Amino acid sequence: MSKSYRDGLPISPEKFVDQLMRLKRGSIGRREFLGLTGLGVATAVMARELGIMPTPAYAAENLGDRMSIATWPNYHDPATFESFKAETGVAVEVNVFGSNEEMLAKLQAGASGWSLFVPTNYTISTYKKLGIIEALDMAKLANFDGTQEDPRFTSEGTIDGVTYAVPKNWGTTGFSINTKKLTKPMTSWKEFWDTAMAEGDGRTMVHDYQLTTIGNALKYYGYSFNSLKPDELAKAEELLLKVKPHLFAVSSDYQPSMRAGDAWMTMCWTNDGAQLNRGIPEIAYVLGKEGGEIWTDFYAIPKDAPNKPAGYALLNYLMNPKVAVKEHLANGAPSTDARVNALLPKEVLDNPILYPAADLLTPLEFGAAATLTDPGRAELMARFKSA
Amino acid sequence: MSVGPEAAFSMRGNLLRKNLLTALLLAPATLWLVVFLVLPFVAIAIFSVGERAPEGGYQAAFTLAQYANLPARATAFWNTMVLAPVGALACLLVAYPVAYYLALKAPERWRLILLALVVIPFWTSLLMRTYAWMYVLGGRGIPALLALVGIEDVRLINTPGAVLLGIVYGYLPLMILPIYVSLERLDRRLLEASADLGATPLSTFLGVTLRLSLPGVMTGFSLVMILLLGEYLIPTLLGGGKVFFIGNALVDLFLQSRNWPFGSAIAITLVLVSVVVLIAANRISTRLSGARRVDLI
Repeated sequence: MSKSYRDGLPISPEKFVDQLMRLKRGSIGRREFLGLTGLGVATAVMARELGIMPTPAYAAENLGDRMSIATWPNYHDPATFESFKAETGVAVEVNVFGSNEEMLAKLQAGASGWSLFVPTNYTISTYKKLGIIEALDMAKLANFDGTQEDPRFTSEGTIDGVTYAVPKNWGTTGFSINTKKLTKPMTSWKEFWDTAMAEGDGRTMVHDYQLTTIGNALKYYGYSFNSLKPDELAKAEELLLKVKPHLFAVSSDYQPSMRAGDAWMTMCWTNDGAQLNRGIPEIAYVLGKEGGEIWTDFYAIPKDAPNKPAGYALLNYLMNPKVAVKEHLANGAPSTDARVNALLPKEVLDNPILYPAADLLTPLEFGAAATLTDPGRAELMARFKSA
Repeated sequence: MSVGPEAAFSMRGNLLRKNLLTALLLAPATLWLVVFLVLPFVAIAIFSVGERAPEGGYQAAFTLAQYANLPARATAFWNTMVLAPVGALACLLVAYPVAYYLALKAPERWRLILLALVVIPFWTSLLMRTYAWMYVLGGRGIPALLALVGIEDVRLINTPGAVLLGIVYGYLPLMILPIYVSLERLDRRLLEASADLGATPLSTFLGVTLRLSLPGVMTGFSLVMILLLGEYLIPTLLGGGKVFFIGNALVDLFLQSRNWPFGSAIAITLVLVSVVVLIAANRISTRLSGARRVDLI
């Protein structure tokens, strides 16, 4: 066993949160949790945070000692931020969000405090239009290599030849099923919605997110995932209102309920699907054969970032394939970077949750920018939730 | 006898000094209220007559369109108007016997400890305590215990019962304490007098104890009800986000659809509704308890 620089160090706040999340998801026991995060250990963390134990200084540029990133739940390997801190002395505060709308709302309100954030492909043009994201200074991102990126997933980061965002990973939006509880094999969104009103009654979850919940209801009728047509949206609303009384929850935080066995079926993103399947093999991930969403999450830097040097430093660090590969192993979503794919183990590349068959990918659609700001879809979602 | 000019001057000086002192004493609270209540309220009022910008947020305008659109959230208003009194009533039913025991029956030396036990949970954030309930009611909590005795697949979380439980649990101390205070002040001789005059324990309770504790009941009831009018956390966490209250509508309007003007119009309406509800509660309480008034606003 190799000796890591981390051995013997007290648990970091990120790690603590990670252990807490694992306890929450049930992948470790309470005893193990207490052992890993006991009081003595917590005291040591505080001592370090208060500066009693020194952190190594970063030589090249003054990066300050802390920065903040806005991202998604269960999305990073906490060890990444820990090793970034060990190398640069910058502690990374992680803010977790449930929807792109919420991130946009924070940035629109101003003073978000983030130096880096993780928007999804279809939102970038809006951020650019509103002038709240930085045109990236590629000279500061030596680890990024555009030629190694799959253009299918990365094009929306560049607008009129200017790069505003670089990709983190791509993924799909399908659904996860607990196959012990729902034994009938399912392959389509039609089956998802029908099952929610039959065998899955009271045990089905949909996202608290207009893009996917409305989009996948549109797929029931074979309409575009991004439709803004009033008659098609009316059909989707009819379905959603019919399903509503049968739902277990409207929430984007579905891992705990799926792991606890309260929910048997949920709308699900690739990375969560992979994590659930890794922990509980009977939870399968399905892509609706009618289509649905394919997405890429990017890294971008807000114009009003309080610590831009650290934002760039962390972004460049994350673009290092050796770091990125660990992120992908933890997060479970597939990479857009050929250099990272070359480093991933074969069983990951062969995992159909991460890398679905081509014929399942073909009908998928990237989210459209207009859905983000369309008041019609927002009001439909409000009517669905208040019904 | 008339007052000389010097005396009048010094009296005025005294008055001035008194007024200055009063003003100084009131200044911090006034400043606090102006900065954190009046100014935000004015901002919201201005937002509420504006328009949603095409990409969301606020765009200056002068229109009452947002108020005209209020019926679009009628269900949320209705849900809230049902939840608030029902939740407060459930709280009251649980809290009254506890307060009664604490004030009138508990042994003196235990009273302080028992009161502390009522208050201590309040030291932990409501969010943490509600999360704890998620696990108690969730599949690995009580349903797992029931499965051990052969009752399978019971679902407790994300039901209306779970929401009500969370509300009663979360707001109980706010109801117990005012009732306790009013019962504790109760003159025991009135109870003896009532019994001496031949009243049964029940009619003593109804005619004397309950009646004299009504100010406390109304204070607790109003407190819990006001807080419930803005509640969104408990329905989201214990109700699975399926039941939509006005608090949830506000969160979504500001954080999801970013329709700040409509959100502001709803916020203003909610404040007005709360004021009306409070005035009504005050009237009722004044009438019920005779001359004594409970002033919350």
